[in-house]
Amino acid sequence: MAHSPMTPGVVAGRLEHEALSKNFADLHPPLDAHEAQVAADRCYFCYDAPCMEACPTSIDIPLFIRQILTGTPEAAGKTILDQNILGGMCARVCPTETLCEEVCVRETAEGEPVQIGRLQRFATDTLMWQGPQPYTRAAPTGKRVAVVGAGPAGLACAHRLAMYGHDVTLYDAREKAGGLNEFGIASYKSVDDFASREVEWLMGIGGIELKLGAALGNSLHLSQISEDYDAVFLGIGLVDTNDLGIEGEGLEGVEDAVDFIAKLRQSHNLRNLPIGRRVVVIGGGMTAIDAATQAKLLGAEEVTLVYRRGQDKMPASEYEQDLAASKGVHIVCNAAPVKITGGNHVEGIEFAYTDDNAKPLDETFTLPADQVFKAIGQTLGDGHGLEIDGRKIAVSGAGRTTRPGIWAGGDCAAGGDDLTVTAVAEGRDAAEDIHASLMG
Amino acid sequence: MADLKTTFAGITSPNPFWLASAPPTDKEYNVRRAFEAGWGGVVWKTLGEEGPPVVNVNGPRYGAIWGADRRLLGLNNIELITDRPLETNLEEIKRVKADYPDRAVVVSLMVPLDEDAWRKILDRVGETGADGVELNFGCPHGMAERGMGSAVGQVPEYVGQITEWVKKHSDLPCIVKLTPNITDITKPALAAKQGGADAVSMINTINSITSVNLDEMCPEPMIDGYGTHGGYCGPAVKPIAMNMVAEVARNAETRGIPISAIGGITTWRDAAEFMSLGAGNAQVCTAAMTYGFKIVQEMISGLNQWMDQKGYATTSEFIGRAVPRVTDWQHLNLDYVTKAEINEDLCIKCGRCYAACEDTSHQAIEMGPDRTFSVKDDECVACNLCVNVCPVEGCITMRRLKPGEVDQRTGMTIPAEDDKRTWLEHPNNPDGDPLTCISRGQ
Repeated sequence: MAHSPMTPGVVAGRLEHEALSKNFADLHPPLDAHEAQVAADRCYFCYDAPCMEACPTSIDIPLFIRQILTGTPEAAGKTILDQNILGGMCARVCPTETLCEEVCVRETAEGEPVQIGRLQRFATDTLMWQGPQPYTRAAPTGKRVAVVGAGPAGLACAHRLAMYGHDVTLYDAREKAGGLNEFGIASYKSVDDFASREVEWLMGIGGIELKLGAALGNSLHLSQISEDYDAVFLGIGLVDTNDLGIEGEGLEGVEDAVDFIAKLRQSHNLRNLPIGRRVVVIGGGMTAIDAATQAKLLGAEEVTLVYRRGQDKMPASEYEQDLAASKGVHIVCNAAPVKITGGNHVEGIEFAYTDDNAKPLDETFTLPADQVFKAIGQTLGDGHGLEIDGRKIAVSGAGRTTRPGIWAGGDCAAGGDDLTVTAVAEGRDAAEDIHASLMG
Repeated sequence: MADLKTTFAGITSPNPFWLASAPPTDKEYNVRRAFEAGWGGVVWKTLGEEGPPVVNVNGPRYGAIWGADRRLLGLNNIELITDRPLETNLEEIKRVKADYPDRAVVVSLMVPLDEDAWRKILDRVGETGADGVELNFGCPHGMAERGMGSAVGQVPEYVGQITEWVKKHSDLPCIVKLTPNITDITKPALAAKQGGADAVSMINTINSITSVNLDEMCPEPMIDGYGTHGGYCGPAVKPIAMNMVAEVARNAETRGIPISAIGGITTWRDAAEFMSLGAGNAQVCTAAMTYGFKIVQEMISGLNQWMDQKGYATTSEFIGRAVPRVTDWQHLNLDYVTKAEINEDLCIKCGRCYAACEDTSHQAIEMGPDRTFSVKDDECVACNLCVNVCPVEGCITMRRLKPGEVDQRTGMTIPAEDDKRTWLEHPNNPDGDPLTCISRGQ
């Protein structure tokens, strides 16, 4: 029987293929050569450019845009990848509106920044699809490094180490490399299996042995690998999610948003993916926004995102909030969940209004729900005996943990924003530090 | 509303905007469209002598350079004079002129250096009712190799000789079109004047290679693997053309001869600038070829608005008004001192002024915390480069130091405004008159 957004419960196939493929098409279609020329023309080639300062990987943005403008997008791609080997993914997922494009002087001048993200994609796509990557390995050093976690931090670290001639073993707990690039990004930001194609391209440098299905504490033990290898880099991300800690959290239909996003990314046929008629997402970050928007795009009739603080405090950028709203997501601020109701399956969720400090007030309201996605943050989980700073692995300098020979970077390490681009920067910088300490 | 009616070399037109002799004026169809669009006049594309028509290349005729967003800045061409039969052109000229009696129809001519050839063609043109003739002594390609065009324009004696023949065999007003491919434009202009020309028009196109195809290792436009220099025109040539117009307008010997301005005129403002430098009207080609004939509407409305704002009732009231302000370097006031000033409210913090000054000039701009840029008065020589590279118009301006203020760079106290010193009075001038050389402690 055909389903529609109005079909009660959690069902698959609310929308037809055509609608689904339109909904999950590239959010920012690639620029063609002419569009890239026009967009590149707007760059003022600033001195000591603010955009470059704002980029966690310090890509020389004015230079790569000038290289596009002068008809050498391949050179532009190289300028980007020299600093950020995952420049292709970052071009797609970076919140440019709060990084490079926010500080673009043309944003100051006209409220319309140079389209740095899309130009970066034009350059990296041009270079990456032209053939093998332009980097080669240095003479073998005989040193072996274990990189745990094949997400953005681990991939960047592994590539840089391989380039310097070290032999790298890259471990990942999942059945596929890529980390959050593969499992944690809204589908319309990375279409056509880009994440895995990028990993394949990156691995083309050689010298990186990929071992999947190997997680720390499972088949891997930190004490063992730190003995077996000359150095260890941990880019293990945040594996646990926070609980709401309220009644009814165990009901059917209450799920972690990250699991939903991962399932959606790995789905080959979105018509087979069940989604509720009424979906409530709890949280105010990128995970919450991505889950809510995609639930709507999958065909949910009503999607409400509820955040416990004011809209101005919402971690998701204004651009992302607008995107969700434009797709039909209803955003409610200053409300915290009190309890989840239902029999076996969730039927509704009760919220209390909150004050400016997110403290619940007496007045409450209830939203009917067939599905609740929790997106209130992720945690490191097991610290594997390493010193912890706050809730993450303590690091100093370029990702040095307190244990000699072990480095960490990306979301699992303290400091920095939990962004793909920050993870890449930390992985790269740790690789430089590892190289320096190994070659002493 | 200002009156745009213009009389140039005895030829009247409802506005000063004429289409220059070029592809847009090669035939009746185009010229009728131009007149319908509002152009004040045309110079019909150059006619040659009777006989087998000229043959053009059948590959690309134009090369180009572009600015931001592929805006066409310069065009060059290797097209020759009209390649249509003389008879056809003459019939069309006659019909068009009859239908548009209020518009100027001037016929451009180019025949060999032979009095009889000129007499013959002038007789034919005389029968068309055209308002005047323009002698094409400018085309730098193709025809020049056959001893015509710029080959004539580069030899003042030939210019004078042909002008004399033309005046002898025709009563029509005679405009001599000059080539810029020469060291001193006043020489052929003077020859034309002495030959009896009623006016000169300038500039014809400039010898140029616009680009090289780096795959084929050949200049563009490429004809079967070879390229040749073409005639350069469009916005890029305007500064060169304006200087030549000004030189002829202010030179003691050529002063007073009417000048029809040609060279990159794209907007009403370009035309107003040329006319302020002494041009009596404005001829346009590249802008029309880029945007079509409709641009004349903006030229007419723009010139009208500006004249109204300035209180000029007719074009003659501002033609040549800027000529007295064109002088030689040696007469510039060396005691005029300005300093750059950056308006922080308008600044978008791109730092281009800083890069330009720090890397290539006088290290007179400081980059402070939060990308705040300020001028160091003790280093600023007032070169204006920061103003020119700043993307925000009006953000950086030049402030003139008042009398009594001290130039922090030189220590000089600015003298009273009437107490100015040019190079001729400057103490560093070895040829200067010691009596007029006053030292101000520089």
